[in-house]
Amino acid sequence: MRMLDRVARKPWIWSWVAAFVVWFATIMVTGGASTLDLSQAALTFAAFSIIVGIGQMFVITLGPGNVDLSVPSTMTLAGTVALKLMDVDNAMILAGLGVAVLIGIGVGILNYALIKALRIPPIIATLSMSFIVQSAAIWTNRGLRIKPPNFLADFTIANTLGIPNVAIIALVISVIAWFLLERTIYGRWISAIGQSMPAAKMAGIPVDGTRFVTYVFCAVLASLAGYLLACFSGGAALNMGTEYLLMSIAVVVLGGTAVAGGDSNVPGIWGASLFMFLVVSMLNTYGLGAGIRLIMTGLIIISVIMLAGGRQPGVR
Amino acid sequence: MRPALSADAMRLAIPALSLTVLLAGVFWLQPRAMSYVGLNLLFNLAVPIALATIAQMLIMAVNDLDLSMGTFVSFVACVTATFLRDAPLLGTLILAGAVLVYAVLGVVIHLRDLPSIVVSLGMSFVWGGLAVLLLPAPGGQAPDWARALMTTKPPLAPIAIIASIVIALVAHLLVMRSSLGVLIRGVGGNERSVERAGWSVLAARAAAYGLAGFFAVLAGIALVGLTTSADANIALRYTLLSIAGVILGGGEFIGGRVSPVGAVIGALTLTLAGSFLSFLRISPDWQIGAQGVILIIVLALRLFLNRVEKREKGQ
Repeated sequence: MRMLDRVARKPWIWSWVAAFVVWFATIMVTGGASTLDLSQAALTFAAFSIIVGIGQMFVITLGPGNVDLSVPSTMTLAGTVALKLMDVDNAMILAGLGVAVLIGIGVGILNYALIKALRIPPIIATLSMSFIVQSAAIWTNRGLRIKPPNFLADFTIANTLGIPNVAIIALVISVIAWFLLERTIYGRWISAIGQSMPAAKMAGIPVDGTRFVTYVFCAVLASLAGYLLACFSGGAALNMGTEYLLMSIAVVVLGGTAVAGGDSNVPGIWGASLFMFLVVSMLNTYGLGAGIRLIMTGLIIISVIMLAGGRQPGVR
Repeated sequence: MRPALSADAMRLAIPALSLTVLLAGVFWLQPRAMSYVGLNLLFNLAVPIALATIAQMLIMAVNDLDLSMGTFVSFVACVTATFLRDAPLLGTLILAGAVLVYAVLGVVIHLRDLPSIVVSLGMSFVWGGLAVLLLPAPGGQAPDWARALMTTKPPLAPIAIIASIVIALVAHLLVMRSSLGVLIRGVGGNERSVERAGWSVLAARAAAYGLAGFFAVLAGIALVGLTTSADANIALRYTLLSIAGVILGGGEFIGGRVSPVGAVIGALTLTLAGSFLSFLRISPDWQIGAQGVILIIVLALRLFLNRVEKREKGQ
């Protein structure tokens, strides 16, 4: 009983409950026929939101006003440039990955340079940056759709022991993120900064360095997700990152991370990402049109936040 | 002693200066823009953006953020191009209902102490869904009066300029001069002291959201008046544009520090940036990027002027 009580108080539990309820509601309709397929698809598609969401979570933890809006364009640029470099050649896979990571590091550095040098609110700084990155992506892409190398295309689609490979990658990243957040001094630092920047400064925490690393980390995860997504969907498209702007914020918040910063958790990202995919597939299974599906998604997000919210008075 | 600019005037001087510089740049590149028709073409798309920016500013005045602005304006545009034209009464009712929903959102956000970012994120799906239901494919037609209003040719100045001035004036009176406006900004500044002074913070937040909904509805109608037809995705960029406009105009994310006149100028600046770039003959690939660069330059300018202001104060 005590244990149950403790679990119920975890902020991430709601997203998991919601994801499970929706999963159950879906397989009830299909009569359990496609349970395995549904679960695998959910894990695959959720994996991308998880990778992007973890980066966004680190940024949001830094406190009010910290959101990285350049995530979608970074994904697009990394995916486009990496595929162009690899040019369907299996030998270039690592080089492509390296370029994607470098792009992430570059965007992250520029993001923080703007925030710091111009003292612009991070939302506006990353927004301006995203315009520039998006242009760079348009310029490199030129409307061409280059296929990913065969090995990589197969790898991102395939399963290992029934678990999609991309989900395994997401799991590895999540474990690293959890370790960083809960077991290292860096994780303590970002939480401290999110709770009160002046207090963190007075406590001697290297605020600038920590924030800088966090923005770079977020951009690198975004470019990694872009790289994987481009390979998974058989080529980079200019709009491939678009839906991940709202998605990355939604999974963080639904996952129980405080929007005001200073309190984050990794398991919630998984619950929320699975939930977001499962809602769409549930409504698809029920045969509802795009309009109704969007409305339902919105109402469900609001209901979840209303159920889970209100537990931290004074936080907005 | 020289007359020192007040902090508020300084706040306004920076956006006004950036707009002037951009405008001078456009005139220099394309002298023919310096005419009645030219000015109207440069600025007419700024009218709906200015209205949306005012709406976003009202929400930001109470320390919240509306991520559904773009989808809401799109939804209003779809209603305007369908119901408001074919069944004006029903259309008006729908739009009034939408404004009411905004006010209710303000109440819910306040009562349950929810993060506005998430609630508006959820609402953006709802408005988007409703818009898709109304107009699955681009279409509809603007009501004649909206079309007529947006294309009138008043003497002296083009409609786009007059409309922007009227919007700025009305918003200024409402937000800076009325007691409701003071109350709304007070909630952003210090919620607790407003409450202790005996005002209802709940009512203030509901009013701020309701007014924001109202201005956003006007934005949607103005947009359809210009484009003559609507589409479920017509105004998606307005979410980011409106936030950028408020900030460019000297507003802040927290603290109830907003400037309606600045917000309108910010919206004009953003619109003009697009035209400026096409006059510069920048490759279309880099147009969006150059817009980002202009945004950065204007903000850098603001930082620079703020520093000058501080140094002068220090003397």
